[in-house]
Amino acid sequence: MSGLFVELKTPHSGKYMQPTGLFINNEFVKGVDGKTLEVINPSTEKVITSVHEATEKDVDIAVSAARKAFDGPWRKETPENRGKLLVKLADLFEKNLDLLAAVESLDNGKAISMAKADIGMCVGCLRYYGGWADKITGKVIDTTPDTFNYIRKEPVGVCGQTIPWNFPLLMRPVSPPGVVNVISGFGKIAGAALASHMDVDKVAFTGSTVVGRTVLKAAASSNLKKVTLELGGKSPNIVFEDADIDNAISWVNFGIFFNSGQCCCAGSRIYVQEGIYDKFVQRFKERALKNVVSDPFARDTFQGPLVSQVQFDRVMSYIKAGKDAGAKVEIGGERKGDKGYFIEPTIFSNISEEMSIMQEEIFGPVCSISKFKTKDEVIAVANKSNYGLAAAVHTKNLNTAIDMPFGGYKESGIGRELGEAALDNYLQTKSVSIRLGNALFA
Amino acid sequence: MSDLSIELTAPNGRKYTQPTGLFINNEWVAGSKGNKITSINPTDESEITQVHAAEPEDVDKAVEAARAAFNNPTWRDMAPSERGDLMYKLSQLVVQNKEVLATIETWDNGKPYSVALNEDLAEVSGCLKYYAGYADKVHGQVIDTGPAKLAYTIREPLGVCGQIIPWNYPLGMAAWKLGPALACGNTIVMKAAEQTPLSILVFANLIKEAGFPPGVVNILNGHGKVAGAAIAQHLGIDKVAFTGSTATGREIMKMASVNLKNITLETGGKSPLIVFDDADMDQAVKWSHIGIMSNMGQICTATSRILVQEGIYDNFIEAFKKQVASTSKVGDPFAEETFQGPQVTKAQYEKVLSYIEAGKSEGATLAMGGEAYKNVGEGKGFFVSPTVFTNVKPSMRIFREEVFGPFVVILSFKDEEEALQKANDTTYGLGAAIFTKDIVRAHKLARKIEAGTLWINSRKPGQDSDFRIPFGGVKQSGIGRELGEAGLEAYTNKKAVHVNLGTWL
Repeated sequence: MSGLFVELKTPHSGKYMQPTGLFINNEFVKGVDGKTLEVINPSTEKVITSVHEATEKDVDIAVSAARKAFDGPWRKETPENRGKLLVKLADLFEKNLDLLAAVESLDNGKAISMAKADIGMCVGCLRYYGGWADKITGKVIDTTPDTFNYIRKEPVGVCGQTIPWNFPLLMRPVSPPGVVNVISGFGKIAGAALASHMDVDKVAFTGSTVVGRTVLKAAASSNLKKVTLELGGKSPNIVFEDADIDNAISWVNFGIFFNSGQCCCAGSRIYVQEGIYDKFVQRFKERALKNVVSDPFARDTFQGPLVSQVQFDRVMSYIKAGKDAGAKVEIGGERKGDKGYFIEPTIFSNISEEMSIMQEEIFGPVCSISKFKTKDEVIAVANKSNYGLAAAVHTKNLNTAIDMPFGGYKESGIGRELGEAALDNYLQTKSVSIRLGNALFA
Repeated sequence: MSDLSIELTAPNGRKYTQPTGLFINNEWVAGSKGNKITSINPTDESEITQVHAAEPEDVDKAVEAARAAFNNPTWRDMAPSERGDLMYKLSQLVVQNKEVLATIETWDNGKPYSVALNEDLAEVSGCLKYYAGYADKVHGQVIDTGPAKLAYTIREPLGVCGQIIPWNYPLGMAAWKLGPALACGNTIVMKAAEQTPLSILVFANLIKEAGFPPGVVNILNGHGKVAGAAIAQHLGIDKVAFTGSTATGREIMKMASVNLKNITLETGGKSPLIVFDDADMDQAVKWSHIGIMSNMGQICTATSRILVQEGIYDNFIEAFKKQVASTSKVGDPFAEETFQGPQVTKAQYEKVLSYIEAGKSEGATLAMGGEAYKNVGEGKGFFVSPTVFTNVKPSMRIFREEVFGPFVVILSFKDEEEALQKANDTTYGLGAAIFTKDIVRAHKLARKIEAGTLWINSRKPGQDSDFRIPFGGVKQSGIGRELGEAGLEAYTNKKAVHVNLGTWL
């Protein structure tokens, strides 16, 4: 395949021109080494198309383009105009919502209704940050009458961003044409090249903890570039006896089976207080069996296939490990159908905390459910994880809810994304001190 | 043609539909007593049209609409990001309609069309867009007092806000007030200036078009003493914001005390511009010229007192006079080469002329201008020649009182101390400017001059809008701040919530 575009079709949006090149300096180009990688449709296991694959040489070209833009016109751009561009990008996402959602579903396997919601969130996110562009303030600090001290917030520079496959477009960062370069490639090649590049000032990575560790090491070994990481999770979802059971069930079901369980903050460990345990398990099973697992482009599909063969194999092997360790399969535990990477929604009970299905992140539609007696007991077991991404509590008691002292980040990451806090990941402070008093060394 | 709108053709040939009613609940209604305000074209003193004037009964209706909208879940429970989207839509509609809006500004107010289009209207859309971005970023705090309590603050809207705006930047001033108020979730009863009632009514239709629920923004024209007073003392209004003269501001503050309504005021100024002998003379002359002569001197922050260091005093005066002569082209505001249009009304025009008389009789030297300007069209219109008085003493009325016209007084000073003393010798404190190359002097003086805004080596940037930076006065120039993040303070309450987690009796 040598072209830079290919005509494709999706069941939802019809024909469209799919770019296949590397997007550098606002143009699509081929990789220097002419390599390509195949893109598989996880619903059919068939090849959709091939795209050009970036190697280290392409990463160099992309970084150099980003550096030139940063040192040049982009640096001189007013905050107001930066904001305008972001909002314009949001408008374009909104205009092309159906197409973008269809491509997400085709490539990732998520249900079309979920993909549309994803794009909607992209639009909101870009608009949100478009509004921040001209509102990033430094400080003036009053120390003594002899000095005028102020702090400026300045951009960090060229940022390498490795994004995961579970919410592809939603993770796409806030950068308008001319300043954003987008390349496809393998983590071990292009991703590694970015993480260890001497002219990249900061790397942001979302993905597994194992790879996150590699990124951090590469950043340290190269130029001490700043790092933010959003990694794995094994989040507890806790239901107290006084919870509204129906409400809790719908949240718990969504919490693990949404996006086929391929969410960093999936509520994969469910703890139910013993007084309602049996009733809860029964109703949860009934609810989960109602989730429609089918073709992502069918209107009432809730759960599509897993994203790839590799992920499918991983999840199936965890299911086997759970069975082998003696956990009970309440529902699911098998592949669904014989084509596409579909796995039945799976609930394990009768588990013990040392099992691999309790310790390790599965990243599929597989959860465990167990009983607890007291608040202290569940807090202890919820915190007994190397991860610390998210947690959920279902209760009507305000104090119980507020009082849950969950642990910190641990191995779930470094830094914060979203909201105002995210801005700090992309800024550095410069302190300026102007002497107003008399000369010190007269 | 109904009584609530009229087809007009502006002097530049543009035809449009001019609403003439009161805008309440997204609908046009007549005033309850049928009283009207006549809008006069200050360029040739012709009548443009008449619009309905609100009586206290109409203010009551508007407040009722605003209160209902405030309590309605459609607005009250609207996600902040959605509020921002509506405001963003409104700013885009302003951009789409900027030519007709700028045309009305020039016709009604007298400011040059190119300024109305490229400065005023850009300010309006920019300001609305800026605050649209803030709608979902008004954060409360979580405050750690220990494990026994979860303490947090909520930033809540104040409620129904009365906003009384002036005539010098009719739409610009509306945007300054609407932006933060809407971003914070308030509802509004706005009274425009009786001198310039027209453009805001065309803008009102855009509010409906943008999708704001009925009653969120209500716009009335009316006389200050009638509708303005009704708003200031209304028991159903939670906050009043006013921009105008200090004298009126004082009355508003008194009236607002009836229910202790929250109040912000932007009132007068007599801002000093100080030129040191190390300043870039050419720049100082150019900036100080627009600092007093733009907008026909009808700017609250007009730097109407220029203080020049004695060594360069004579040179400065000569250069300033040259700048006025070459740049301050007085004429029809629709003509491209016009820099200075007419003053907004006969009353303002006569006020400026009376200060010219005062200056002459107080013994100051009339260096330039000092008379009405009769050379536009058929000799009509409220035009005043750009006027410069020198050899002015601080005791003179022309030094102390706000003229609000193309009228400047220039004095000399010996050193920093005297400059500072003269600069601060005023009951006002809105703006000030310093021209010097000495960085230490600039920063130190900026701290010692009593003003809400200090410009160093510039004055009213013009094209580069300042709505991101807090603006307001000290002393009798006002209470509170508008613009920037600071502008949001005036439109929210902080509600503190204490959740007991561990103190049991």
